[in-house]
Amino acid sequence: MSQTPTATLAPGRPGAPRPAAGPVRAGRPRRRLLPYALLVPSALIIGGLLLYPMYRLVAMSFQDVGLAQISGAQPAEGVGTDNYAEVLTDPDFWHALLNTAVFAVAAVAATLVAGTLVGLLLHRLGRVMSAVVATGAMLAWGTPQITGAIVFKFLFDDTYGLANQVLGGLPRGLTRPLFGNVDWSSHSWVLSTPSLYTVLLLCVVWMGFPFVAVSVLAGLKSVPSELYEAARVDGAGPWRSFWSITFPTLRPVFSVLTVLSVIWDFKVFTQLYVINGGLTNKDGFNLSLYSYSKAFGFGAEMGLGSAIALILTVLLLLVTGLHIRQMLREEVAPA
Amino acid sequence: MSAPRRPAGRITVNALGVVVFVIAVFPVFWMVVTSLKTNGEITGGAPHLVPAHPTAENYTYIFRVGVGGNPFWLYFKNSALLALGAVVVSSFAALLAAVAVARFRFRGKTAALVMLLVVQMIPCEALVIPLFLMVRRAGLWDKLPGVLLVYVGVTLPFAIWMLRGFVAAVPRELEEAAAIDGAGWWRTFRSVLFPLVAPGLVATSIFSFVTAWNDLVFALTLLNDDANYTVPIALEYFFGRDTTNWGAIMAGSTLMTVPVVIFFLLVQRRMVTGLTSGAVKG
Repeated sequence: MSQTPTATLAPGRPGAPRPAAGPVRAGRPRRRLLPYALLVPSALIIGGLLLYPMYRLVAMSFQDVGLAQISGAQPAEGVGTDNYAEVLTDPDFWHALLNTAVFAVAAVAATLVAGTLVGLLLHRLGRVMSAVVATGAMLAWGTPQITGAIVFKFLFDDTYGLANQVLGGLPRGLTRPLFGNVDWSSHSWVLSTPSLYTVLLLCVVWMGFPFVAVSVLAGLKSVPSELYEAARVDGAGPWRSFWSITFPTLRPVFSVLTVLSVIWDFKVFTQLYVINGGLTNKDGFNLSLYSYSKAFGFGAEMGLGSAIALILTVLLLLVTGLHIRQMLREEVAPA
Repeated sequence: MSAPRRPAGRITVNALGVVVFVIAVFPVFWMVVTSLKTNGEITGGAPHLVPAHPTAENYTYIFRVGVGGNPFWLYFKNSALLALGAVVVSSFAALLAAVAVARFRFRGKTAALVMLLVVQMIPCEALVIPLFLMVRRAGLWDKLPGVLLVYVGVTLPFAIWMLRGFVAAVPRELEEAAAIDGAGWWRTFRSVLFPLVAPGLVATSIFSFVTAWNDLVFALTLLNDDANYTVPIALEYFFGRDTTNWGAIMAGSTLMTVPVVIFFLLVQRRMVTGLTSGAVKG
């Protein structure tokens, strides 16, 4: 892109220093239409399958769309902002929002810290060991969300789960201060919301840390080792080196990783759907599940579901808006 | 930073490496090990790290007896058809669009890129409601082509974004040289740009494939008849119905995980570049 020295040869560039000559500068009208022609298939797909549905979502959030409307028996009726009023006065909404926000903060923080530590570790390991550990981490990253969630559900199963079997085998003195008096032979991890979300957190962090680790490792390789040697000579310990050299250098990497993690952890659906056991336990809902259960649950209240989904989308766009601006400045401007 | 010189430090670092490796691998290991155990061993007594009597009975169960009245391979066929079909369409469209935004200057380009970024932020959980109604209206509800279409839409924006990086990384001079030699645009694209972008196209396609292969929310909503189920819903269904048959559930999960993990190991390096491209610039 901007680093290409011959960028001035780009076809159609206004005021190019070189006069029109040679086949590269062919400013024929066909050539000028070519980029648009290349964009047609994608534009049709994105327009029809993403933008139009998004428009429908906004429209439906102001309508009453129930079973009669889905079957086409009755046209959808505009209800103004009723759906939003209903959602915002529903305690379930605030509970789901709380679950979503607390989980996102905890999961993003835990994923970033764990991933960074593993990235630093990979950087210090020898070549073979580093490759072995990185491959193991890829295994966690590559595991599909659904099977990862099923395995965690199994690990924390009340009767046959390994977690309860191990905790039950530990001396009481060890587990009591942490968990209190628990009958490990049938302890349910999904009955209380904090405990359910702890299992979800472990599952999400397990799948999420490798990406952070590998990205941090890639960044670390670009930091000149002289900087660390100089810091060591000046008497800086590892903690000080990290905050004075590694973190500032990798700041752009961390900002991308943070935003991507927020996007992923804010709207966890598959893993929560599995660990929560479908749509029956509404205490465990986050906004995604809450919206889905309104739209596709027994009432089929699509208008309400749309309003919640739109709130989720807007929140997500607000959180990630900064990232979009950053990406635009970096990617679009120099092109 | 080189490896620490003090042997004690080296041992600590390697020990930590082993710990991380075990944590990373354990859930998958446990899934595979459980799938090879008899149900008696899974439900009875102290857990074993290695199956006492390794058996393939869980695998034969899901293929012979099946899940939800169908042998498991049917769900594999559905999942593979959907993911492959979506990848072919989405990668083709993405390649053309990526060339357009990486190689041409045109009016509206910035707007197109902004839209591409914003569209990627739309959560699937929000799209599923209007898409359900649209698919229903089009008469494609509970039909595989309806889901295929949705997968094309969902995978496309990221595919364009990722491919755009790969196209931009090909030095422009090569195409210019071909053009000077008298090659037309199509010829240049086919014999210069395409071969150089091909590895990126493979990585992008695999990413799209995995996205479609792993999807739960759309398949759950847009498919109804159990003969149309994909692997994720079959597992989910199985899971709800047959919760104590952990051996069979783990066998199904293992079969679903293996191809994805293999793909992942093949292209992970490119994927990291694609996801964070632009983050670290010299």
